[in-house]
Amino acid sequence: MRQTRTIEISTGLFIILGFASLFFLATQTTNIRAYNDTSGYTVTASFTNVGGLKVRAPVTMAGVNVGRVTEIHLDPRTFSAIVSIQISQRFNQIPDDSSASILTSGLLGEQYIGISPGGSETFLKNGSKIQFTQSAIILENLIGQFLFNKASSGSK
Amino acid sequence: MRFLLHEIYYIALDFLQGMGASFLFLLRLLSYTPKALLRWRIVWLQIYSVGAMSLVLIMVSGLFIGMVMALESYHVLVKFAATAALGTGVALSILRELGPVVTALLFAGRAGTALTSEIGLMRATEQLAGMEMMAVNPIRRIVVPRFIAGAVSVPLLTMIFCVVAILGGYYVGVDLMGVDQGAFWSQMRVNVDLIDDVLKSVVIKSIVFGGAISLIAVYEGYYSLPTAEGVSQATTRTVVNSSLAVLALDYLLTALLFHGV
Repeated sequence: MRQTRTIEISTGLFIILGFASLFFLATQTTNIRAYNDTSGYTVTASFTNVGGLKVRAPVTMAGVNVGRVTEIHLDPRTFSAIVSIQISQRFNQIPDDSSASILTSGLLGEQYIGISPGGSETFLKNGSKIQFTQSAIILENLIGQFLFNKASSGSK
Repeated sequence: MRFLLHEIYYIALDFLQGMGASFLFLLRLLSYTPKALLRWRIVWLQIYSVGAMSLVLIMVSGLFIGMVMALESYHVLVKFAATAALGTGVALSILRELGPVVTALLFAGRAGTALTSEIGLMRATEQLAGMEMMAVNPIRRIVVPRFIAGAVSVPLLTMIFCVVAILGGYYVGVDLMGVDQGAFWSQMRVNVDLIDDVLKSVVIKSIVFGGAISLIAVYEGYYSLPTAEGVSQATTRTVVNSSLAVLALDYLLTALLFHGV
């Protein structure tokens, strides 16, 4: 009977260890904070080209993470991309003439949105729209322009 | 030529019969499952012998697989000066594929065979027939608790495997190879998705694998020929069939869950 008890206790420990592992995987190795951080306000910005920007991409200001992309869709009338950005409530004093640009971390890294502050006295609030935007830099277009310039300067 | 076609025909027929019979067996096991869960002590003891006793094997294998993943990835990534992506690479390959699949294969070898030979020997020594004589349903008393124990143990072992593997990768990457500690974790946390990589991949895959291996193991044991040779053949079939089933299901699940064929 005593042995059965030891076996039952070790089985219990095994099961607890299994669930503790799941907890560790979920909280320590994943982007769980992006899921449960739903407080904050949403602003939109329209870009002519979002490049490889994805939903849940980070939004930074001076390199500090202030929010994330919640939705990307195409405006059917202007054919520009409308990006919804959720910004944490802590950062509620961003001037409403700030500009948003799509940047790349490293040469081949993930794309994210960087916000550069403006000088306005009024702040962005829920539902407001960022007026000044700069689209993603498409590497192919850049190389194309460079080659075109080279060719036209070479023909002179 | 004719002979060959005949052979293929019978092999195909055997395969279909095996699939059908094991599916019917699964339905029978599931119909007994709620009652077996009420007698949880038997299940609990089986989880000990099937799951907890496999723990050392799973943890040691996980440690070495995580370590070798980190070592191999490091030597590739260092050529592109991208060692910051080491944590992401190790975590994603462990969570998406290696964790569930390697755990399932090891489990089939360690515990699946034990289940088959145990039940097979009970059949060979007429213990199952003896139970029937005493009006004890051997499926309910012997087979179902073992099936449940296997199906519960594999997901738990898979979680433990993944954690140990990632920690092993961390040890090699950060402590031995000198990858930046902050980059290792923060890149991992940005790129590993909670739903896609942990819930969909690790959890769903390991539950399916656990069910499949346990079903094959108890089915082969229960229907093994009651001879020494029959039990050994059943044990071999358990390892072969459950390994093939795990690898095939892995492709199927990956295609279904991550919508790409």
